[in-house]
Amino acid sequence: MSSTSSPSSVLVETPLRVVGTRPVRPDGIEKVNGRALYGADVQLPGALQGRVLRSPHAHARIRRIDTSAAAALPGVRAVITARDLPPAPDRVEEMGDRTTSLRYVTDNLLASEKVLYQGHAVAAVAATSDAIAEAALALIQVDYELLPVVMTAGAALAPGAPQILPGLRAERMGQRDPQPSNLASMVRHERGDLEAGFRRAKVVIDRRFRTETVHQGYIEPHATTAICQPDGQVTIWATTQGIFSVRSQIAAVLQIPLAHIKVIPTEIGGGFGGKITVYLEPLAVVLSRKAGSLPVRLVMSRTEVLTSTGPTAGSDIRIRMGADASGKLTAAHAELYYEAGAFPGSPVGAALVVSFAPYACATMRVDGYDVIVNRPRSAAYRAPGGTNVAFGVESVVDELAAALSIDPIEFRLRNGVKEGDLRPNNEPYARIGHLECLRALQQTEHYRSPLTGRNRGRGVACGAWGNWGGQSSATAALNADGSVSLNTASTDIGGSRASIAMQLAESLGISYEQVKPRIGDTDSVSHNDVTGGSRTTFATGWAAYELGQKIAAEMTARLAAAWKISAEAITRKSGGFASGTQAVDFAEAARIACDDEPLMVSVTVNPKLYGAGFSAQCVDVEVDPDTGKVTIVRYTIVQDAGRAVHPSYVEGQMQGGVAQGVGWALNEEYVYNERGELLNGSFLDYRMPTACDLPMIETVIVEVANPGHPYGVRGVGEVNIIPPAGAIANAIHQATGLRMGALPMSPPRVLSALLARKNGSKGCGAVSQG
Amino acid sequence: MQAFDYLPAVSVDEAVAALAAGGAGARALGGGTDLIAQIKEGRRSVARIVDLKRIPALAEIKFPPEGGAWIGAAVTCRTLNQHVEFKRRFPGMHDSTHLIGGVQIQGRATIGGNLCNASPAADGIPNLIAHRVRVHVAGPAGARVVPVEAFCVGPGRTVLATGELVVAFEFPASPVRFGAAYLRFTPRNEMDIAVAGAAAAVELDDAGQNFKSVRLALGAVGPTPLLVESAGPRLAGQPVNDASLELAGSLARAVAKPITDMRGTIEQRQHLAGVLTVRALRLALDRARGTRTVDALGRPL
Ligand SMILES: Cc1cc2nc3c(=O)[nH]c(=O)nc-3n(C[C@H](O)[C@H](O)[C@H](O)COP(=O)(O)OP(=O)(O)OC[C@H]3O[C@@H](n4cnc5c(N)ncnc54)[C@H](O)[C@@H]3O)c2cc1C
Repeated sequence: MSSTSSPSSVLVETPLRVVGTRPVRPDGIEKVNGRALYGADVQLPGALQGRVLRSPHAHARIRRIDTSAAAALPGVRAVITARDLPPAPDRVEEMGDRTTSLRYVTDNLLASEKVLYQGHAVAAVAATSDAIAEAALALIQVDYELLPVVMTAGAALAPGAPQILPGLRAERMGQRDPQPSNLASMVRHERGDLEAGFRRAKVVIDRRFRTETVHQGYIEPHATTAICQPDGQVTIWATTQGIFSVRSQIAAVLQIPLAHIKVIPTEIGGGFGGKITVYLEPLAVVLSRKAGSLPVRLVMSRTEVLTSTGPTAGSDIRIRMGADASGKLTAAHAELYYEAGAFPGSPVGAALVVSFAPYACATMRVDGYDVIVNRPRSAAYRAPGGTNVAFGVESVVDELAAALSIDPIEFRLRNGVKEGDLRPNNEPYARIGHLECLRALQQTEHYRSPLTGRNRGRGVACGAWGNWGGQSSATAALNADGSVSLNTASTDIGGSRASIAMQLAESLGISYEQVKPRIGDTDSVSHNDVTGGSRTTFATGWAAYELGQKIAAEMTARLAAAWKISAEAITRKSGGFASGTQAVDFAEAARIACDDEPLMVSVTVNPKLYGAGFSAQCVDVEVDPDTGKVTIVRYTIVQDAGRAVHPSYVEGQMQGGVAQGVGWALNEEYVYNERGELLNGSFLDYRMPTACDLPMIETVIVEVANPGHPYGVRGVGEVNIIPPAGAIANAIHQATGLRMGALPMSPPRVLSALLARKNGSKGCGAVSQG
Repeated sequence: MQAFDYLPAVSVDEAVAALAAGGAGARALGGGTDLIAQIKEGRRSVARIVDLKRIPALAEIKFPPEGGAWIGAAVTCRTLNQHVEFKRRFPGMHDSTHLIGGVQIQGRATIGGNLCNASPAADGIPNLIAHRVRVHVAGPAGARVVPVEAFCVGPGRTVLATGELVVAFEFPASPVRFGAAYLRFTPRNEMDIAVAGAAAAVELDDAGQNFKSVRLALGAVGPTPLLVESAGPRLAGQPVNDASLELAGSLARAVAKPITDMRGTIEQRQHLAGVLTVRALRLALDRARGTRTVDALGRPL
């Protein structure tokens, strides 16, 4: 890593020409005309079609699996079960979106002793056609011994609850519990004397909240094709947020050296955190090996995606906050119980850091519990854990502000964090744009306009997300005509090919159109962390910036040699190079520089000063008092982008995060029966919003440059999903007088609360006292 | 997806024979927007499919001079949505035919399929009931006519015997000062299935002040779409006012016997049966009177 990573500001001083413009994306045409290749589009000659047998039960012991009839079916080339995977040690490794035991990862791929959720994979087949593979699944006999199911954190932690993971003992603030339970871990951050803080308060609000399991809902189902050659060399086509993460997960699970695995990315139809964990890829490799090295293609159905890939955690949350008469917070306390699903690793750790992140408060305690239940293993989902806890915190803050008769934005400004203040985990903030976002929201036409119409309400909420840097590597080759080939290996989910190429163009002083970005496979460049944590435009973009600096330096050196002068005598002028009377444009300089030897540079980075992102949002809703249906009438999102490299893509991220947040707030939830069977495993009944359910989402980009990036970039992908549920809950309160205590705030829940108020009882979904 | 035989029939007799020969494993095919999806998802196993779309009798649209309409069972929603004369005679039916799926689905989805699929939540059936439609059936034992409210006998189950198919729908002539409407409730504005639905058809007296007749039907609040039988006798002759509308709502609530599932709760559906009935009535009243006092969802302006 070069010297640009010094802890103080690394912002470049020169005016920017490319960053901040809105050029056409390099992958746009292919995606619009349908030629772009996605995971399921990979069709190799002779490929076998695979299918996965999944448990119909949410919790059962596998007594026996008989695959003989399936294996004997003509056309079936391989059948595998957990026995075909190498025995996994209980060794903790970095695996995809978490650090966890290899045993858990392997057991999630193919269940060994027990199935832990409906949809848990138990076997897989590869056959000469999909129909044969499907028929073969029906021939696999699995003898299950049913076990009692445990579906919620409350049930899992109740005394005498059935133990889901045998022998699991909680790690509680660094100490192992003596007794096994369904608690995987408990973490606390705290500062100050909590009860003394609450004693200083004039108003204390103490509330409990519940949120349900929701899925990322990416449009492209998981799909892969893999070949395992007789010599053990593996090639995998994957639709993934990180090809290197796929590689390392396969290497660990199947015990193959990293260099023997090549992962080739396809285009990706969304991931939002859900396409980091591998589900199909290791199975395809093992099937291919067993089937004599034929390629094996595996594609999930939508129902498999919903039952068997990671959604994000449902949660039980308690939020207690106190404020003095001047509206200053005196104490804040959160207890978060997050449902990890069948294996440890809910996003409760991240949620603790989100919790009171926008609020400066000297006295704080946040407790997080990671709880095992018989649901699919949760996976990362856009600002993992943030929406759940912010729903609670922003609802309570709204109540506090109302109780003290303070405008909700004013209340947030009075308590808002700025540089030097502490996050809930007691790390100080660098320069951040929280107050700027709140003030910008205050100034929007939306917030200043009066609320009109019957049954309407307005709500505001804010949120913070820490963002991430991570490792990136990239290479660039200067071509003799002055064009530049840029090679990265960061999955482009949201337009990052363009925003990374723009940073190289900016750094090199050329136009965006002169740079051709490509996304290579795992053999093309070195390690790249996943596209996740809002890191790619920040970190891979930084690598691109450095590539530009290196190319320019090398071109200067070669020109100096050609011109027989010292490099210091050469200056840059409007993209070209000049010295005294000599001046060449960039293309001519490239021709000279590449004359005798090719020019290629490579960069590796791991930038650390990624800078937190903030968002403030305002929503107007209309609640139909007869049906409980909530309609989003108007929505404005303000977000600090640090610097918006490609403002259209920043706006797209902001709108996308809000759209997902609206779905989470209003209708999305996993609905299970008492046996733990998912009842709504389709996009018909898992109700994500469609375009008909959303107004145009208005965006305001705030730019408080991140001093930790040459162009001031902050991650923009995630923080936008944190505030919507809280903002909508607050708007529903204004429209109806009801405080909703559970997500989703769906028509039956809102109606129930409305009817209960009419009848003088408490409806389901209404908020409960802590 | 399992393999099946595909037989395109060109006459009613041929279709009846093919269905009868196929027995329980044979299904008629209209647009396939229900059937193909069910086969793909493994919810229905079918050995033989008899395609009805090429049978001229099932594609007929006729308007008897005395009023009413005769609509072949394989006529698509899209055809009806674009049919000027049908819309002029039965504007209330449009509430259903334009709700079923989007334009692409409507281009394939038939009214016959909507009825014969016998979903309790089908958006077409309550409206057909409100319109007093008679279903013309052909089968191995000859032809028969079934009142549409008696057609469905359970979720996915109808009165049709093996080998029988629906040929056409007979819409009786509408009286003067007649109005009909159908409304459903869905959490999403599109791509959703009715949590509850209500259809209303009213005939008013000459002054437009009193109900001459009322027919109410409900969807998704019982094992089949339901006719609210008490509404006719209780509301005929009553003045049109808030009290009579509220009475209609309570009659609907009393008939509704909903379940709780992933799409809605008993409490919600029971309540919606009343709300949607009142709203559909208001919309039907506006149409009977040529006034505009409510919005497209039947809510007072
Ligand atoms: C995306 C999508 C959205 C949809 N939205 C809606 C909606 O909003 N509201 C709604 O009500 N429905 C909806 N549907 C369901 C479906 O489109 C309708 O029920 C449609 O009217 C079915 O007609 P079809 O011609 O496609 O029936 P098919 O699928 O061809 O047949 C359905 C059933 O009826 C039988 N059948 C068909 N015709 C006859 C006949 N003449 N005689 C005897 N049996 C017959 C078939 O054997 C089959 O069992 C939707 C479907 C899809 C895929």
